[in-house]
This record gives sequence, structure tokens and C-alpha cells, in this order.
Amino acid sequence: MTRHLFDGTGTLIRFVLRRDRLRLPIWLVSFAAVSAIIALAFVGLYQNQEERQAMAETMRNPAMTAMVGPGYGLDNYTVGAMTAHEMLLMTAVVVGLMSILLVTRHTRTDEEDGRIEMVRSLPVGRLSNLLSILLVLTGANIVLALLTAFSLTALGIDSVDLEGSLVYGAALGATGMVFAGIAAVCAQLSPNARTALGLSITVLLLAYMIRAIGDVTNETLSWFSPLGWILRSEAYVNNYWWPILLTVAGAVLLMALALYLNSIRDLGSGFLPSRAGKANASRSLLSPFGLVFRLQRTGLIAWAVGLLLIGASYGSVLGDLELFFEDIDLMQQMIVQAEGFSLTEQFIPVLMAVMAILGTIPVLLAVLKLKTEEKNDRLEHVVSRSVSRNHVMGSYLGMSVLTGFIMLSLAALGLGLVGNAMMDEQLSLGMYYGSAMAYLPAMLAMIGLAVVLLGWAPNLASAMWLYLAFSFFVIYLGGLFQFPEWVGKLTPFGYVSEIPIEEMNYLNAVMLTVVAVILTAIGFVGFNRRDIGR
Amino acid sequence: MTVLRTIDLTKKFGDFAALDGVNIEVGEGEIYGFIGPNGAGKSTTLRVLLGILKATDGRAEIFGKDSWKDAVEIHKRVAYVPGDISLWPNLTGGEVIDLFVKLRGGNNLDRRQELIQKFDLDPTKKCRTYSKGNRQKVALIAAFSSDVDLYVLDEPTSGLDPLMERVFQEYAMEAKKQGKSILLSSHILSEVEKLCDKVAIIREGKIIETGTLKELRHLTGTILLVETKEPIAGLEELKGVSGIQQKGSALSFQVETSEVDHVIRYISRFGVSRIESSPPTLEELFMRHYEGTGKAVESGAGGES
Repeated sequence: MTRHLFDGTGTLIRFVLRRDRLRLPIWLVSFAAVSAIIALAFVGLYQNQEERQAMAETMRNPAMTAMVGPGYGLDNYTVGAMTAHEMLLMTAVVVGLMSILLVTRHTRTDEEDGRIEMVRSLPVGRLSNLLSILLVLTGANIVLALLTAFSLTALGIDSVDLEGSLVYGAALGATGMVFAGIAAVCAQLSPNARTALGLSITVLLLAYMIRAIGDVTNETLSWFSPLGWILRSEAYVNNYWWPILLTVAGAVLLMALALYLNSIRDLGSGFLPSRAGKANASRSLLSPFGLVFRLQRTGLIAWAVGLLLIGASYGSVLGDLELFFEDIDLMQQMIVQAEGFSLTEQFIPVLMAVMAILGTIPVLLAVLKLKTEEKNDRLEHVVSRSVSRNHVMGSYLGMSVLTGFIMLSLAALGLGLVGNAMMDEQLSLGMYYGSAMAYLPAMLAMIGLAVVLLGWAPNLASAMWLYLAFSFFVIYLGGLFQFPEWVGKLTPFGYVSEIPIEEMNYLNAVMLTVVAVILTAIGFVGFNRRDIGR
Repeated sequence: MTVLRTIDLTKKFGDFAALDGVNIEVGEGEIYGFIGPNGAGKSTTLRVLLGILKATDGRAEIFGKDSWKDAVEIHKRVAYVPGDISLWPNLTGGEVIDLFVKLRGGNNLDRRQELIQKFDLDPTKKCRTYSKGNRQKVALIAAFSSDVDLYVLDEPTSGLDPLMERVFQEYAMEAKKQGKSILLSSHILSEVEKLCDKVAIIREGKIIETGTLKELRHLTGTILLVETKEPIAGLEELKGVSGIQQKGSALSFQVETSEVDHVIRYISRFGVSRIESSPPTLEELFMRHYEGTGKAVESGAGGES
């Protein structure tokens, strides 16, 4: 019997590769490309050793250690050291995410959709499916390591040598393998695909947080996180291989554990009990808005935490800004020069703009959810009951506005509280909050536009994402590329007052709000006149 | 009293006419069967009636009110079960039932528990784990636990097992007894035959036959099964005879009501040893319309023998 546990693995490997023939190369090439582009960007951004040293100084604080890992080679902060130190952890987290998504897709998702059952009914070993996906992931991560290493070396930057690049790439690949193993184990434990994915991502986030706390307070703690291990490789400075070998060994053990668990598990079941849900709905669910809120609750919380953290991490560098900016010409071009304001104050509107546009993503997601519901034939359930079209659209609109308000509030709070804690002179929290809230009318205008599309041309509603990307491009990089002023006026974000360096322009805010209300009204009219359905 | 009716209802998607002058009328306490092949326009008709789609032309009325303009008012007294039921994967069946009943306006009959037991549904499971049949149960439980005057059901039993199908039929009959009306679109013709007072057959957006089953049968005629000593010559040329099929040593065919006398006289010449007559089943009616009258004869006779 045992001889046949792995029959057909080779065929299944080819099958996995066939199904992911686009997905996998896109992931792998993206990692290599992004790593190379960032290394190049560092060369461009910091012209000489002094500028890099200035950057190194800003790295010497607990907030940065928590974010990107303990500093190393800070005394001689070469481009290589800089790239590896600032980028390895973030990239590794995304590599881990890639592994998790791919493994879950080919294990529990396939199982839930009944595809594994079809495969298992053929003369194929019981463990072949899991083994094939694990082997594909192992191969993919090796390719990822080599591709990243060679593309970094090919840049021909002095401090980016072959050995360092190999260590850097291998650290990423090892992380990918470990999380492939973790995802495979989670897939065996969980009762369904969603739980498997959720559990794996929770492990990834926990690994990041345990390491962050450990790196700042007690290094022993960091050893409980695989992300803590690979950071000890110190690419381009010390090039330690042992943390990578340790990680790969851990990955192999996890994969073996997953295979063992798979061999003693029934198809379609898991080791964690599937909890029974509620037999009755709570009162808060029983309204159109209640439903909309419930469907988006988890997403809202995730985005809220995200915005708070982004605000806090921007806040953590506010204290070092003055020091940092004096040395770098490029950064100075990005912000408006204003007399009588500190560099910190001048930088706040830039940060707010970035966070406001980022915060508009969940805002648009909230209102465009209507289209997803419609496409999946679920809006039909609501409109076929005694709920008016206005009530339906109003619920999504309300959710969207609420989301916008929460996002801006948390971004301001994160930036303000952490920023003030890091700075010698305090700025008023009211100023931070006002600076963020100045973006609410622009958000409303974006929502209004989305409502118009939903009402009249639902198939074009996704164009909102292009418009948001355009807005980001114009607002964030407009100063750098010296666009003419009218380009900035093509997006609602271009009419927002830059607090604290500008006075609040109430006329603009009112105008944006009026435009938003008119657009929304037009959208409602359209939604009341059109067919519901695909 | 008329509960629901459409007058020359037309719905176009671009140039394509999904409905082309549909006329149906459902009276109080009536179960109205709506049958037709896939893509004939059944679901489109129901969706227009519920104000989900807007009619291009003609009228659709429920309780004498316009089904588009007064949709919200109408829906308080209508329960709808769509054909393709997709539910929210992360809500439980119980939560969805409560939500559906509440969104109707809260006029529930308080027999949720009874229905859940009868339909044998586990309401604590997330909808993602439900099969098609279970999703239909959720929609049916929500529909039957609301106190409404009209049920609009789009193929409500297509995923249910025979046992559950019977539970559904019980509740449908009970609703009818209480004077409620049901518009039932279905593929399961035996079910329509069992439940419905009236039937409309729709094909390519047009109603091609409508009336009580008795009327339809009368229109179509009688099915004869005849065994003769000598082979019957020239049967296919006989007026009013269609759908000739060899069944073992016997012949089965359909005779128009007006021609029965003539046909019996003709076949008696060949020495009848066995004769059975039966009204056509709905399936036979349906097949006749589905395939087109002329074609049914040819393919029936040629294909089988």
C-alpha cells in the first residue's frame, strides 16, 4: 500500500505548473524586478555615502527596528546593506504570502470544490497531490532565490556582490518554503479553505509581530519566528548562511508533518473542529445596512488596523525628519517649501495625502461591493423583498462614508499620537485631525462618482480604480515631476487644503461636498431606473 | 379575482426580445404552472413581475398594482424563490432565513422551526457548505414562513430529493387551501401535473399554450396504444394522427379529439387484439410544443423504430 502513496506525483506536478503557467512566472519575475528596482532607486536617491549615513541614523530607533528588523552594518551603510536591511523583511512577508496563497489554492480550495475527489478517484497516490504542490513550491522558491540574486548582481553596483545577493535571494526563498510548509499544515488542520487561508495568514502576521516585539525588547523571542531567523543572515555585510539552512530544515520538517497529517485525515475534514454558526440572526444583521455592514465588517477592521499602523509608522519617523531631509535634495523637491513652517509640518500634508488616497481604497471597496453582490445574484434577494432601491443603494453609500470617516480618523490618530511621542516639540492633535478630515470632501466626491457609475454604467464601475491610481500619481509624484498646476485639479484630491501649511479652504470643501451630493443624486436616479442583474 | 397578470409583456435585452408579448393571469387560490425549455423566458417573466427587471413594453401587475412602480408595496405580500440561489458564504442558513423574513416586512408566521425540521436543514451551518438543494431549502423556508398572498417560485425543487419535493408539495397545497396563489415555474412536469390548476407553456419568449390541464389535453387529443393482427397500413397518412411509436408489438400514437371516431373505424379493419387509451401526459404535451408540431411526428416515428 505505502508504495503507492505517491503514484502520479510527476504528472500532477506538470498539471500544477500548467494551471499556474501565468500566475507563477508573474509572482517570481515581480520579486526579482522589484528587488532590483529598489536597489537601483537607492542608488539614485542617495548620491553618496554621507546621504546614506544620514539615512542610517534614522534607522537607529526602536520603531524602525520593529518595522524592518534590527539594524546591521549601520556604520558603513552601503547600498547593499541598505537594500537588504530595509527590504528583506517586507519582501519576505510577501513571498510568504505568495506561498500561502498558492498552497491553499491547490490544497483546500481544490478539495472544497471537489476537484481533489476527481483526481483521487484516478490511479493516483493519496499523498501525491500535496507532495506535488509542495515540490512545485520548493522549486519555485529556489528559482525565486536564484532569479533575485542574479538580477541584483547584474545591476553592477559595487556593494551588491554575488555572494551577498545569493544570501539575500536564498533568505527570500527559504521564507517561501517555510510558509509553504506552514500553509500545508494549516490546510490539514482546518475544516475548510477559508479557515486554512485565514489560519496561515494569521501565522504570518504573528511571525511578523513576535519578531517585532522580540527585536525591540528581547532577542530570544525573535527566535520563535521564522522571519526572525532569516533576518540574521545579514546579507551584503556578514553573509551568514546558517540561518538560511536552519529555515530550510524547518520547512522540510513542516512539509513532512503536513504529509503525515494528510495521510491520516479523511478527505474534506480537518483536525480543528468546525464550529457551528448561529442558528438565529442577531438584531444588528436584520436590515439592509446591517447586512452590508456585516459582509464588510472583517475587511473594515483589517483596513482600520492597517491605516492606524501606517499612520503610526509615519509618525515614528517624524522625529528624525528634520535631520533626514536636510541632506537629501530629492525629498525636498517633493514637498512644498513654505516660510515659517518646520520641515515636519511641511511634510504632514504629503503624508496625509498618501494616507487619504490609501484610505479611499476601502471606501471604494465598500460602495462597489454593491456590484459584486449584484453579479453574484445576491442583490436579487434584497430587492425582491420590500426594500426600495434607494434603501439598497443608501446602505452601501452609508457604509462607504462611514469607512472613509474611520480611515481618516485612524490615520490622523496614528500619525499624531506616535509622531508627538517621537518629537521634542509637540503639534496639536486637533491639527493632525483637521489635516486628515480636510480629505473627507474629496473622498465623498470619489464616492459620488462611483455611485453615478453604479447607477448608470455598472460595468464601468471598476474604472474608479484607474481614477484613484491616477489621483495618487498626480498628487504624490506631481511635485517631483513638476506637472503643471491644472493636472492636479483633475482629481478631487487636488482641491484639498494642505493643513497645517495652508489655511482650511472652506469654499473648496463645500464645493466638493456639493459636487458629491449632486453626483450621488444622479446615481440614485439611474439605479432606480435600471435592471438588476448581470 | 385576479392576483397577477401580464398584458403583452415585452422585454428586450438590446435587440434580443427575451419576452415577446407574454399574457398570463393568475387568480386567487390558484396554482399556475409556468413551463418551457431553458432560455424560453420563464425567469425573465418572473423577474419583471418582481420589479427586478424593467419591462420594455406591456404591463405587469400584481394585486392590481404596477410591478415596477409599486415594487416595494407589492413585495410585502409576495414571497419569491429565485432559480439560481446564491447566498452569502459567511452567513449561516439560520441568519439568512431571519434576514429574508425581516426584509419582507416582518409578517412572519412564526413557523420557522417547524419548517426547518420538515425540510431537515441545519441552520447553524455557513452557507458556503450548503449544496444547491440546501440553498433552495433556505429560500423555501424563508418563503413559507412569511404570511403572504402570492408565492413566485422559480424551479424551487430542481435540487431537492424526492422526499423534500413532497414536503414542498404539501406546503404548496396548504397555501392553496388558504386561498393563496402560486406562480410555479418548473421543469418537473409530474410536479406541475400534480399541483397546478392552470398551465402556460412559453417558448422563445411567447406563450404558445395556456389553459387548464383538462383543456390542454382536450386540445391535444388521446393517446392510443393498439395491437393488431395485421400491421396497420397507411396510419401516418390518416388525418389527426401524430407521434407514432412502436412499443413492443404494439403501436402508440396520438389522435386529435375530433378524429377519434374516424381513426377507430379505420384500425378496426386490421383485427384489433388490444387497445388502451389514455390522456396525454404533460410531458407529451410539452414535447409536442417544444419540438414543434410537425417535427414531433417525424422525429418520433423515424427516430424510435
